[in-house]
Amino acid sequence: MARIELRNLRHSYVPKPSRAEDYALKEINLEWNDGGAYALLGPSGCGKSTLLNIISGLLNPSEGQVLFDDRDVTTLPPDTRNIAQVFQFPVIYDTMSVFDNLAFPLRNRGVAEERVETRVREIAAMLELEDEVQTRAANLPPDSKQKISMGRGLVREDVNVIMFDEPLTVIDPELKWKLRSKLKELHQRIAVTMIYVTHDQTEALTFADEVVVMQDGIVVQMGTPVDLFERPQHTFVGHFIGSPGMNLLPCELRGGRAFFRDHPVELEGPVSRVGASGEIGIRPEFVRVSETGIPAQVRKAADIGRHVVVEAIAGETTVNAIVDGETPEPGSAVHLDFMPEHTRLYVDGWLATERADR
Amino acid sequence: MKTQNARGWYFVLPVLVLVAFNALIPLMTVVNYSVQETFGDNLFFWHGLGWFEDILRSERFHAALGRQIFFTATILLIEIPLGVAIALAMPRQGIWVPVCLVLMALPLLIPWNVVGAMWNIFTLPDIGLLGYTMNSVLGIEYNMTQSPVAAWITVIVMDVWHWTSLVVLLAYAGIIAIPEAYYQAARIDGASNWSVFRYIQLPKMKRVLTIAVLLRFMDSFNIYTEVFVLTGGGPGNSTTLLSIDLVKVALGQFDLGPAAAMSLIYFAITLAVSWLFYTLMTRDGQ
Repeated sequence: MARIELRNLRHSYVPKPSRAEDYALKEINLEWNDGGAYALLGPSGCGKSTLLNIISGLLNPSEGQVLFDDRDVTTLPPDTRNIAQVFQFPVIYDTMSVFDNLAFPLRNRGVAEERVETRVREIAAMLELEDEVQTRAANLPPDSKQKISMGRGLVREDVNVIMFDEPLTVIDPELKWKLRSKLKELHQRIAVTMIYVTHDQTEALTFADEVVVMQDGIVVQMGTPVDLFERPQHTFVGHFIGSPGMNLLPCELRGGRAFFRDHPVELEGPVSRVGASGEIGIRPEFVRVSETGIPAQVRKAADIGRHVVVEAIAGETTVNAIVDGETPEPGSAVHLDFMPEHTRLYVDGWLATERADR
Repeated sequence: MKTQNARGWYFVLPVLVLVAFNALIPLMTVVNYSVQETFGDNLFFWHGLGWFEDILRSERFHAALGRQIFFTATILLIEIPLGVAIALAMPRQGIWVPVCLVLMALPLLIPWNVVGAMWNIFTLPDIGLLGYTMNSVLGIEYNMTQSPVAAWITVIVMDVWHWTSLVVLLAYAGIIAIPEAYYQAARIDGASNWSVFRYIQLPKMKRVLTIAVLLRFMDSFNIYTEVFVLTGGGPGNSTTLLSIDLVKVALGQFDLGPAAAMSLIYFAITLAVSWLFYTLMTRDGQ
């Protein structure tokens, strides 16, 4: 088990990178505590798998360092880093039984056979694979195969970190939920550092204590699921997390105040930065349909179960509001009221308001 | 409920006619010959299973069958491991991939009789590059027309040269189909190169190797042209494989009855061994 630190990490797949676009990872500085559950969240191609492969040692970064407990492991091969990785598609050794699959990483490291036996039994029990221990792994369904992949990571006692690269991609929805809770339970039982890569916000937010959101090779924000939801540091986070995502309204800045279509909008606190363009960011959860506020016209209302998402249009900007009680009719004129403590300003994409002390 | 539609048969009919003309009718003619005796003039007499008994007891048939089994076993033992080894050594990406693939495909593109003729000339002691080099430069006596050992070595080397590529291409297709994650997982699990081969590459190649073994078995068991052109079955009868012997009996001696019985036995052996191979190699894992 170890604390993981990434220092000034950059990586390019191009032999001689010159422009910023040549880098799959632009500049990554991260610290992960021992025993934590982390998620790397971002759209396809944002560099999260690259980052994972650098941590596991399958890839050597172009620049920067990887440290496990302050020890530089940047150039060490994967087998000496003592890490485990679970891939998108279950990797199993077809000709071996489930037992031999789980024993494989231990036997390769010359662990005594009695120890292998007890350890494999333990892990099989933990993953609920006891009944299949003597079955050939190739004959099992995908979720069991993926459990074996996880098991091969868990079977070694001294792993520094277990990494999951979108491990639930090939799993049926109902089993997805089961495996996810299994993973969470395992993390609580064995307290090893886990890093979970995904593009699915639900998976990331339910699994992790802290989520790292990535876009275009940079870390946009790292924080708890609540942080990411409440105070996105970047419009990308606001937009990517939440369903529907954060409303972003183009605004004008005059004398430290924000105006949307000439209506003054009260922000959470003082503006800390000014720039070329500004956007007001507010989550649909904090938009109320009321008698006063910004005039808008309701376009449609979609019932998503517990709430209704009202899509209204103000000028040319679409604003979503999540409404609990009475739902306005499509076509009706309404007023939208923003809760000031949840209304933020973004300049050039980045958060530009400070939280007022209340 | 069963659907009946007579029109379906009209669509199948051309194929049935074709198969009947090029396979069923000739085969039945062979069956017909195999149970009869003729003294010419298109006069046939019933002979029962007499020819089959004669062939199965004939020492000449045993010897030819023995040579055939030895030949097929030898080339399989060389071509399959060699093909896999070459496939493993081939690059999996980059500009050398097409170069290697084309080089590998070249021997397969050469017509069989040309292969035989090429090797025949290649090994001539006076003008052939290999024959001349061996005899006159290196001083090793090598004459295919006199020494059965030299003839056998040449026949086997020729077949390895001609057909290993097929095994290589099939094995290579199997190897490149393995997702990168398997190799990555193996590295993380601390697997040795041998383990990677034994537990990842070989199992993943199993299906294509089954095809390779089957194809190479059938083709080599029925080989005729290349060996006939190269050695004509000689010196003596030393490289007279089953097919060459069969042609001698059928067209050389014009013993239609024995030749028909022999070809049916030949056919049965090929079929039985192919079935056995296939069953054994696909038995587990299903």
